[in-house]
Amino acid sequence: MPRLSRWTIRLSFAYFIAGISMGSLMLANKGIHFESSIWRLLPVHIEILLFGWTVQLVLGTVFWIAPRFWVPPRRGNEAGAVAGIVLLNLGILLVIVGYGANLTLLIIFGRIAELGALASFVHHIWPRIVSRQG
Amino acid sequence: MPTLTRWFIKAAWLHLLLALLLAVGLALPAEARPVPWLGRLGPVYFHLFMVGWVTQMIFGVIYWMFPIISREQPRGRPFWGWLVFVTLNGGLLLRLVFEPLPAETLAAGDGWFLVASATLQWLAAVVFVTISWPRIKEKYRGE
Repeated sequence: MPRLSRWTIRLSFAYFIAGISMGSLMLANKGIHFESSIWRLLPVHIEILLFGWTVQLVLGTVFWIAPRFWVPPRRGNEAGAVAGIVLLNLGILLVIVGYGANLTLLIIFGRIAELGALASFVHHIWPRIVSRQG
Repeated sequence: MPTLTRWFIKAAWLHLLLALLLAVGLALPAEARPVPWLGRLGPVYFHLFMVGWVTQMIFGVIYWMFPIISREQPRGRPFWGWLVFVTLNGGLLLRLVFEPLPAETLAAGDGWFLVASATLQWLAAVVFVTISWPRIKEKYRGE
């Protein structure tokens, strides 16, 4: 497992714990009401689990597992993948802060960063989606 | 494929089937629903899909495919993996049964089952991350 995948997967695990902790608090609050404002966590909970956990884990794993080239550099130019992961995490943080501070502009910038992240990552991974003979 | 992974993956498919069955019920107009509480199953549908299917499938595949810890115990003590399976699915089943209940029933005491559901799912996540963390490494080097 390459270093970029290791860091990406560790980050996704951290987001997973954060996201499921929020979800557990909200579910428990549904059972025994203790704090009304806890529902404000809902969009952050969804953001963290969809992008921080699921998408990030997929990107980290694909970078590791997708076919490598026969000649070095085996994973091609990794800059697109690195930029993708950095932009993804920047986007997630902007969206979280945007929801927390109720700043729509930050949420929009966050979504643009996430779009850029996926475009950058796909640009990296596209040539690696080949058969073994590729 | 280890036994536990087979259980994770089979349970994941069952959760997806159940989620899609609920989706059919949720798509019905209110007057055509066989039971009135079907309309309160929206969150259950979403979590059966995202936790029961997506997350459980991820758990099973990670448990199988990530670099091993050692030749003797490639995936650590199996007990912890099975604990994840039982707590995750137990938590989801409690959610399926108790989340659609009306607020007054939950307030009368059944709400504690949702606390149990939340705790079990949280525990599954924490134990899974704990047992998988040492396996996020370059490769098994024989140490």
